Amino acid sequence: MTIVGGDPHPPLLYPDYRATRTRAPSRPLVDLAPDVTDLSGPVLPESSVGELDHDLTAQHGGEPLGERIVVHGRVRETNGRPVPDTLVEVWQCNAAGRYRHANDQHPAPLDPNFTGVGRCVTDAEGRFRFVTVKPGAYPWRNHPNAWRPAHIHFSVFGRAFTQRLVTQMYFPGDPLFGQDPIFNSVRDPAARDLMICRFDLEQTVPEWALAYEYDIVLRETPFE
Amino acid sequence: MTLPETPSQTVGPFFSIGMTWEDARFVVSEGTAGAVWLRGRVFDGEGAVVPDAVVETWQADGEFRGFGRSPTDEHGRWGVLTRKSRYVEVAVFARGLLRQVLTRCYFDDAADPVLDALDPEARQTLIAKQADDGYRFDIHLQGPHATQFFRF
Repeated sequence: MTIVGGDPHPPLLYPDYRATRTRAPSRPLVDLAPDVTDLSGPVLPESSVGELDHDLTAQHGGEPLGERIVVHGRVRETNGRPVPDTLVEVWQCNAAGRYRHANDQHPAPLDPNFTGVGRCVTDAEGRFRFVTVKPGAYPWRNHPNAWRPAHIHFSVFGRAFTQRLVTQMYFPGDPLFGQDPIFNSVRDPAARDLMICRFDLEQTVPEWALAYEYDIVLRETPFE
Repeated sequence: MTLPETPSQTVGPFFSIGMTWEDARFVVSEGTAGAVWLRGRVFDGEGAVVPDAVVETWQADGEFRGFGRSPTDEHGRWGVLTRKSRYVEVAVFARGLLRQVLTRCYFDDAADPVLDALDPEARQTLIAKQADDGYRFDIHLQGPHATQFFRF
């Protein structure tokens, strides 16, 4: 199925992803009148972001284990306009595939030097840059022998509450894509490709870290 | 130029590790004149509480602009301290939600173009209930009390 200029988002009910069965809204959605003018913002104070928040490898006394990577990109609207001064938040598991969260019971080691949380504010061109380690794959119990492809969670605010986007960034050529219902809940293959970062040799830091580029595009806001 | 829009994915079960923004529950600080707690619970289609959701609120009412964010606790409870406005935009993120769902919380059941366009049962799901300690706004993703959500 190819959607041209249509809604790229996954359906809320996608039974292969089991948790949607009891959580996808049952009451049919209704349109919010397009003339609502109060959805601009939120604008967040820059002071909420610390100097080292973009560097997930520098938040502890030592360096985390794993493959150090740079992840950078731009936040833009579908009309090409950059989205400056917007908060970008990321969270991820460590290189072994374990989240620093009490509910993560995967028997892989925690890393005392890795929390897995970062944030930054986009610059005037909508650019962001994180330094982190490549997250591992991990098992989950959605279906027999289910594994999540390696991914970094991204949360972007944008200019309007209706632009708010939470997504996951995947890595090129992951062999786990085919069996992952979250990745495949996006029905259009071309839209799925937009969630996969691009290896970026140019931004690689020699003798130090590989780099990946990941651009994020938000639907343009009609309220202006 | 038209760029293709990036698709949404679920926040998964571990969004709360990213919640370093500790005071996001306080849209206004404690002691602010007119501050009220807006609290509620999130339920799934089996009537179970959703302990791993994040509720975000947005208000833009005249001069007042306020963003709030609260994870749910093990009892599915969330809450933000805010000022009353005609209504609050409410977004819910959770494992099992491939995209956030968007609704509105009204503080009273007065005439309103969005409310008036809904059938009476759906309308009632958007009205907060007054409680001793503020207002209560429960969110039901499914079931007989299912909240009305909006396409956006």
